[in-house]
Amino acid sequence: MIYFDNVTKKYKDNFAIKEVTISIAQGEFVSIVGHSGAGKTTLTKLILAEEAPTSGIVSFESTDIHKLSKKDLMNFRRKVGIVFQDFRLLSGRTAYENIAFAMEATGKSDENIIEDVPHVLELVDLTNKAFHFPHQLSGGEKQRLAIARAIINQPDIIIADEPTGNLDPMNAIEVINILKKINDLGTTVILTTHNKGLVDAIKKRVITLENGRVIRDHKEGKYVL
Amino acid sequence: MMIHYRRIIRTGWYNFTRSGFTSIASILIMTITLFVMTSLIFVQAALNASLNDIKEKVDVTVYFLPGTEELAIKKVEDSLSKLPEIKSITYTSSVEALTNFKDKHGNDYLTLQALDELNSNPLGASLNVKANDPSQYESIANYFENDSALANGNLTIVDKVDYHQNKLVIDRLTSIIKGARSLGFIISLFLIIISIIITFNTIRLIIYMSKDEISVMKLVGAGSRYVQGPFIVSGVFVGICASLLAILIFIPISIWLGNNMTDFIGINLYQYYKSNFLQLFIIMLGSGVLLGGISSFFAISRYLRQK
Repeated sequence: MIYFDNVTKKYKDNFAIKEVTISIAQGEFVSIVGHSGAGKTTLTKLILAEEAPTSGIVSFESTDIHKLSKKDLMNFRRKVGIVFQDFRLLSGRTAYENIAFAMEATGKSDENIIEDVPHVLELVDLTNKAFHFPHQLSGGEKQRLAIARAIINQPDIIIADEPTGNLDPMNAIEVINILKKINDLGTTVILTTHNKGLVDAIKKRVITLENGRVIRDHKEGKYVL
Repeated sequence: MMIHYRRIIRTGWYNFTRSGFTSIASILIMTITLFVMTSLIFVQAALNASLNDIKEKVDVTVYFLPGTEELAIKKVEDSLSKLPEIKSITYTSSVEALTNFKDKHGNDYLTLQALDELNSNPLGASLNVKANDPSQYESIANYFENDSALANGNLTIVDKVDYHQNKLVIDRLTSIIKGARSLGFIISLFLIIISIIITFNTIRLIIYMSKDEISVMKLVGAGSRYVQGPFIVSGVFVGICASLLAILIFIPISIWLGNNMTDFIGINLYQYYKSNFLQLFIIMLGSGVLLGGISSFFAISRYLRQK
């Protein structure tokens, strides 16, 4: 599904990613772990075409993501749900509107929005906070809202970049459980994290990065550094 | 497609109403811009009124020799009235000239006594000529100097044309009028450009504050138009509110100027505001909407260029 073919990303003289070759199949749950600066976030940015690789190819279903036109890139991004550590919600919109925005952006009808948004809000247990603005939500609620926005369009892949970084252990477990549930329904999940306990509990594939290189890739791995 | 535009307008409205102080700040800045623009229209109106007033005071009088027949003068008047530069011609007979003279010197017994002793009217008839534009007096004066322009040697009946005495004043007025107009235009243009730049930068700053949200919208898969649209709509709402505010502000200002400054300015600005209200409203509303919309469009474009 997603292929990194000898990908290198350099910022000036520093290598963020060096000669990385990995493939992620449909329906996998992949945890990418490593120290800060190991290249985890760069990896997700390369998948989203927020950054272009210095060399190598990042492809989705045999299409080079970085050669997509603006329109095709927009369509590709609609197949990817993203969850960030800092939530990145639209501050001027309510929880309901944040989720609805992702649907509106893809041209879904009002009927679909009215039908689907409450359903997803219920899934992340935010029904009673539907008309709250992001600044009125707690960290855990914000992250659950971000997940709701990411899954509303039933994407093929969810990329969660340190989604538990700003959360307390209880909320972190809750977020991971939601991601696992989504994965059980067939969506590919790519999770970057520092949290050893969570990675060990997930018991799925773990890719370990160090100084931009893949040093370990285990099918049912653990957080080992 | 309709649903797309409806959502853009609705989102733009939400952005505008929920932004609170940011919206108020941009409305105030744009109100100042529209205020400057409309003030300049007022200044131009006042300037034009004064200039027209001055223009009205400039004229050329052709004096005929005493005893010249009225018929001959009428002939001159007819031929003059065919000139395209002429706005109006007023004929004053020698009797009227004498009456006017006596009225003017009613208290000057010495002069009146001297006049009585003459036993005849020493004053000739005259034609007061007004041109459409002060710069045209020269060609009118030249007309009298050109023999062929007047039939039957009528030139001999002309005593004097006071253009040459007034030439210096007329020339100076003409250049002042032209200068004031050009200077007024340049200053207006300069002030308007400065206000537009200030408004544009304010809106750019506001959109800069939203740059992270713009990148999130793009990552969620929103198309450029869908990201850009609400910002433009918000800009348009800012323009509409600012123009309404500016229109309201001008009501008390024009009333005060009309009551207190009409003599000084030479035009009642309240009357001017009332009679040109629709035009001024359209200018303000149009400028506000265009300024808000176009500024937002350009301000956001740079964030949309990035993938």
